Amino acid sequence: MFSLDLAVNAVVAGLLLGGFYAAVTIGVTISFGMLDIVNIAHPAFIMLGSFVAYIVNSNFGVDPILIGAVMAPVFFLVGMAAYQIYFYAFEQRGEESIQGLAFFFGLLFVGEVALILAFGVDYRFVEAPYIGPSLHYGFVDLPLRMLIPCIVSLVMLGLLQVFLGRTFIGRAILAVSQDRLALQLMAANPSRIKRIAFGISIATASVAGALLIIIQPVEPSIGRDYIGRIFAICVLGGMTSFPGMLAGAMLIGIVESITATFYGPSWAPAVAFGFLLLTLAVRPAGILGR
Amino acid sequence: MGTAKFWAVSFVVAAAVLVLTRGLIGNEYFFFAGYVVLQYIVLSTAWNILGGYTGYTNFGVGAFFAVGAYSSVVLHKLSSLPVPVMILVAGLTSGILGFGMGYLTLRLKGVFFAIATLALAIVAQTLIVNWDFVGGSRGIYVIRPQQAPLYGSYVQYLYSLMLILAWVSVAIARTIERSRLGLGLNAIRDDEAAAEAGGVPTLRLKLISTTLSGALMGMSGAPLPYYVTYLDPASSFNLSYAVNSVAMPLIGGMTSWVGPIIGAVLLGTIQQLATVTISSALNLLIVGVLLILFVVIAPNGIVGLVQARRRARLR
Repeated sequence: MFSLDLAVNAVVAGLLLGGFYAAVTIGVTISFGMLDIVNIAHPAFIMLGSFVAYIVNSNFGVDPILIGAVMAPVFFLVGMAAYQIYFYAFEQRGEESIQGLAFFFGLLFVGEVALILAFGVDYRFVEAPYIGPSLHYGFVDLPLRMLIPCIVSLVMLGLLQVFLGRTFIGRAILAVSQDRLALQLMAANPSRIKRIAFGISIATASVAGALLIIIQPVEPSIGRDYIGRIFAICVLGGMTSFPGMLAGAMLIGIVESITATFYGPSWAPAVAFGFLLLTLAVRPAGILGR
Repeated sequence: MGTAKFWAVSFVVAAAVLVLTRGLIGNEYFFFAGYVVLQYIVLSTAWNILGGYTGYTNFGVGAFFAVGAYSSVVLHKLSSLPVPVMILVAGLTSGILGFGMGYLTLRLKGVFFAIATLALAIVAQTLIVNWDFVGGSRGIYVIRPQQAPLYGSYVQYLYSLMLILAWVSVAIARTIERSRLGLGLNAIRDDEAAAEAGGVPTLRLKLISTTLSGALMGMSGAPLPYYVTYLDPASSFNLSYAVNSVAMPLIGGMTSWVGPIIGAVLLGTIQQLATVTISSALNLLIVGVLLILFVVIAPNGIVGLVQARRRARLR
């Protein structure tokens, strides 16, 4: 049963999958890790991104990744609006706990049901020239369907890392994540910065959604499979750092891919969640945490 | 009202509901729908013991519910025990699961706890999907006994059992609310570090809370295989159980035992009506939208609104 080529291929597939998981998780790393906003509705926004890509692609044949990038500013505005509601309803009143969590939980559910009402539960997919062919190096297969999303994801991660480290607003976002009170004492408005940052986190969902529908056919309720995976990766990576998050994503990707190869795909979801439970119980600071 | 008196009064109320509905309503569908509403009273009351009193959000309701249901399936395949015994066994199984979850996640605060419970639900679902004995992902058919024990049809029998379960869980919740245990749980909700420093045994109380809450959820799931006669992981672990169990106490009010009942009766009835008259997907949308509206506009639920109005009148 065990063979070297199978194992190497599983690891390579896992790395590619992990790269894609980074795109899915980066939004939550920003909202949950940096802003302390527990956006469990993030998968619903990703689904929305997938369906936008599906509609435009099936009607006009536009490349899904291009759609994801073009729609990102629209998602940015949606994210800013969502934060504004969250701010007035919860942050300002100082009630961020159960009610805030329930707010996003409701949003996740409403998003899913609304997509089901609009599109039904059929699996949808997109068409693009890179879905299908693969590159071969010896016995290693690199399906373009996985490779391209992985590359796009890494590019997005790099751009955001540079944005946070080099620009004024980026540094302000990092400042909010480190010490909100100090920022207020510097006469800056944390909620304005948080609004922008939350908008960015939702904008990444537009791209991540487009990548998702390239990798696999999508139906509205698969979003919930990603909740645990996203938070597992976010926690594994130590919440706030992008490199840590990428390492966590790769780890989960490899473990899932190996499990799927050797034990069957029906066991794969339990692995990520089992990992999450273990990390939370044993090492809540994450693998690269302090 | 004292605790003993409450148990007695609520028993009389439950008995009256049983006698009246069975005497006055001839339509079998009423009991079919009533069962679901009662099941949600149990689920939301159980959720509220951990969520409302202790302040820990459990999104893994589906896991406890389904583990209760599947423990009945296992018993059904191995033996021919009566349903009330299955309910007790399911309570034991899910109680152990609740204890385990509490123990595993003791160090986690708020949000992390909520995410861990979501994860737990998926792990449990994967285990059931891969367990062929209980049907795996294909699901399993459970044949009801031809004759209902005691009286009436089988659905009426399950309805009566669920009514008893609802009475017991509400009475338990009310008992906790007025006891030292309830005070301790409230202290944990308001400030866990301060409670610990004040001598509240937070660890023990949290474990009691997760175990009890899990056990009641499992018990409410135990008759499910006989109610639907076909059980599969996708529907028994459905996220809608979690959404409903969270939405009902939040809409009713989390601070008192009345809140979950109000929420469950209100939302449960609306959903049953919407399922019959409009569509079953739309009724889930209604729950989600109501949940969002309530947490934004009335964070303390209907009970909170009533209390605020009463306070305003006194002034």
